[in-house]
Amino acid sequence: MVTGANGCGKTTLIRIIAGLLDASSGALHLPETAIAYVGHYLGLKDTMTVRENLQFYARFTSGGRDRDIDADLERMQIRAHADQPARSLSAGQRKRCALARLLFQPDALWLLDEPYANLDAEGLSLVDGLLREHQQQGGMAVVVSHNRMVPDDLETKTLRVEAWSDVL
Amino acid sequence: MNNTFIALLRRDFLMVLRNKSEWLQPLFFLVVVVSLFPLGLGPGPTLLSRIAPGVVWIAALLASVLSLDHLFRSDYEDGSLEQLMLGNQSLSLLVLAKLLAHWLTTGLPIIALSPLLAVWLNLPMEAFPTLVKSLVLGTPVLTLVGGIGAALTVGLRGGGQLLALLVFPLLVPVLIFATMGVSAVAGGMEATAQLGLMFAYLIMALTLAPFACAAALRISIS
Amino acid sequence: MKKNPIMLFIHKTGSPAYFYWLSGKFIPWLWAAFFVLAAWGLYQGLFVAPTDYLQGESYRIIYIHVASAWMSMMIYGIMAAMGFIALVWHVRISEILMICSAPIGAAFTVIALATGSLWGKPTWGTYWVWDARLTSELVLLFLYLGVLGLHAAIEEPRKAARSVALLAIVGIVNLPIIHYSVNWWNTLHQGSTVNLAGESTIDISMLVPMLVMAIATKFFYGAVLLSRARVLLLTQDIKKQWAGKALQNPGVHP
Repeated sequence: MVTGANGCGKTTLIRIIAGLLDASSGALHLPETAIAYVGHYLGLKDTMTVRENLQFYARFTSGGRDRDIDADLERMQIRAHADQPARSLSAGQRKRCALARLLFQPDALWLLDEPYANLDAEGLSLVDGLLREHQQQGGMAVVVSHNRMVPDDLETKTLRVEAWSDVL
Repeated sequence: MNNTFIALLRRDFLMVLRNKSEWLQPLFFLVVVVSLFPLGLGPGPTLLSRIAPGVVWIAALLASVLSLDHLFRSDYEDGSLEQLMLGNQSLSLLVLAKLLAHWLTTGLPIIALSPLLAVWLNLPMEAFPTLVKSLVLGTPVLTLVGGIGAALTVGLRGGGQLLALLVFPLLVPVLIFATMGVSAVAGGMEATAQLGLMFAYLIMALTLAPFACAAALRISIS
Repeated sequence: MKKNPIMLFIHKTGSPAYFYWLSGKFIPWLWAAFFVLAAWGLYQGLFVAPTDYLQGESYRIIYIHVASAWMSMMIYGIMAAMGFIALVWHVRISEILMICSAPIGAAFTVIALATGSLWGKPTWGTYWVWDARLTSELVLLFLYLGVLGLHAAIEEPRKAARSVALLAIVGIVNLPIIHYSVNWWNTLHQGSTVNLAGESTIDISMLVPMLVMAIATKFFYGAVLLSRARVLLLTQDIKKQWAGKALQNPGVHP
């Protein structure tokens, strides 16, 4: 878990881990797994429906191909909006749609940038549930969060980023 | 691996179809630009038939480049591009899927419209097949090479104009070979050499451009 | 084990402070070589070489025109090579040298076009002629403008350098094809254009000053490139220690 004040480079750090950004110095040692990243930009197509968005990612990842999309939508509690275009959803609903991707990649390293942002109480416990399940199955996640912590019953190492110089 | 290629191709194709203006606008532009030439230069049939190959091709070039800006921009802005890069599929292959979707929705309509434009500009009938062949061989190159420019300028403010500046010099050979080929046939000669060169250029672009695009996208997103 | 001195040298020049110091030593010599060669070349070319039997005195502009045209192409090649090194091995000095070369190359292209245009007036009566070489130079200018435009549009310097590097490589791959296509285009539209250089074989007394000018412009390029590179390096690193030291004690080995 990575925490710290705003603007300290937590997002930069997670993007470096994801491989989207090159670190100017230092070395990165990653396990050989795939990466599942839910960042600030959710990766949802506005003109496609919720179901279509998820279907695309399901086809896109090897773990998602045989899944029951409707069941996943039900779990994330957005099944009612399945056929609405993504742009008509609220921020919290869009977040749940993006997080649903994680269900397709249980074996991957999860990189989550502010997963709790924009969510209501139910959404927050959904994310906690996802993280618990992931850890139980032996998965690892890097979670960036600046106000809410991950659940206490999870095995966690916390990195506190105070200032830009820590990241540099 | 094929699955993801087709999934992306379907997605992009679907999105362009839904956003009708995205594929209709370049076509309207094409038609309007071509009609400006007789209006600006006079309707004399001999003059028009001489400039016809160049005019059709320049208009196709402009219309194609106009539509390139959208190619990566929306994916860049909503985070889908990052997701594409994070999968374990080769980014170059995924880029090829996007480029193919772009050509199907831009290049193919231009090819379909070309006989109409040729008639407007009084191109001799013998040259019609060559015009179409040149467009079939050339419009994919416009998408492929233009895609590199789009990848380099995605997310930049200068956007469309900068893209055009980057891409036009690179497309000079395509323009020259295509127009020379069509003019040759209009003048009663053969165009096998020109079309052959265009084919060779297409193969080169097909093999190299996706990698260049992928590299450019990685730079742009960092 | 004795370390390979060449590798050591390359490694050292990677350090900004060392590069700054070393290039500072070279620059005066490069300027000196340029002035000596250019003075001799221009004197030979403008005064000593005989009048051309076809074109009279106006042909003398080729002493600047040809050298500029060659430089414009060579610099693009160097730019692309530096770009390749920068992209593959992440060498920062390569990025700096590439960025600094672009405006110089563009300037040479403009000079080549302008001198070509001036040559055209007394020879063919018009200021512009779409012959193969001038048209190629024009497209080359557009390629340079693209590089400069792309660099200006990206704020972060290293990202800008990487983008430009890719563009330069794409450009250099296309350049031979562009040349070839423009040549073909020109020969087929023969009616309105003739090759500016004419058909006559060039006399040795004209050839030597031309080659001397060509070499002189290389020294010019070297001097200007290193000067610009030093300034760029300083501007980028102004907050770092070596910059302060170099400004306070110029000429001191870091």
